[in-house]
Amino acid sequence: MSEGKRALLVMGCPEVPVQMSMVIYLTHKLKKSGWDVTVAGTDAAVKLLKVADPESYYVQKTVDLDELIGDVVEKKIDFDVCFAFMHSDAGMTYAATFSAISKARLFAVVFGKNAEALGESIDFPAEKIVAKATHNPNPLKNKIDKVAL
Amino acid sequence: MSCVEQMKYKLHLERTSFKEAREYIEKNSDEVYYVDPGYKIFKDYYIIGVPPVAMGVRGTEMLFTYVKPCHGTFVMGIDSEEEIARLRENENEKIKKSLKLGGLKGKADSGPAPTSFADMYKK
Repeated sequence: MSEGKRALLVMGCPEVPVQMSMVIYLTHKLKKSGWDVTVAGTDAAVKLLKVADPESYYVQKTVDLDELIGDVVEKKIDFDVCFAFMHSDAGMTYAATFSAISKARLFAVVFGKNAEALGESIDFPAEKIVAKATHNPNPLKNKIDKVAL
Repeated sequence: MSCVEQMKYKLHLERTSFKEAREYIEKNSDEVYYVDPGYKIFKDYYIIGVPPVAMGVRGTEMLFTYVKPCHGTFVMGIDSEEEIARLRENENEKIKKSLKLGGLKGKADSGPAPTSFADMYKK
């Protein structure tokens, strides 16, 4: 069903531990279902990912977040589904940008200490996955596992 | 790194929320324009933001939001008459488009002019 469909995972600031864990987990899960997965992030977030997965076993495609935004605006690339990870106002701002520039079905993956308040402040079109998770990824994993694509 | 960071800029607000940055631009600019996220400025910077994304003009300076994932939102100011002219032109295009739409709607609603008072009462 998902063969050939393109998924994008947008990483926010990597300071909250559950993000990296969930990005690797979700990439693996989507790939097993036939999705072509790209992970976007800042230089620091991409470096963390590459060190954690040195032989690109889980994540094959990474891209600089700001360069990707340019490519989506210029219509060089787009995705069928996008998971935007966020635990801060800046992360939400990036998700809102993808909501405006991309045709992808957007999931706002909200975590961290202020997850509930941040989730409530989202007023752009997105399906919300909200869990107050910082060190323990399971509350977020359980909600992501319920997503039907 | 975006070309914006290599230009001569002023930081008016640092590490704030996007909402506060937008309000700063709205309160401190002579002219305020609203653009969509992804609006391109200078060589390669695409504006990141939650709509409505405000951009301001103060003299020869253009005020805009600059977002970094780990540092929050900044309000930057860069002198650029070229970018300001493009911003004004973009606004004129939007007004022209909305007038065209309004014009067509107005035409459809108005119908033929009545020829007598009796016709008006029929309506």
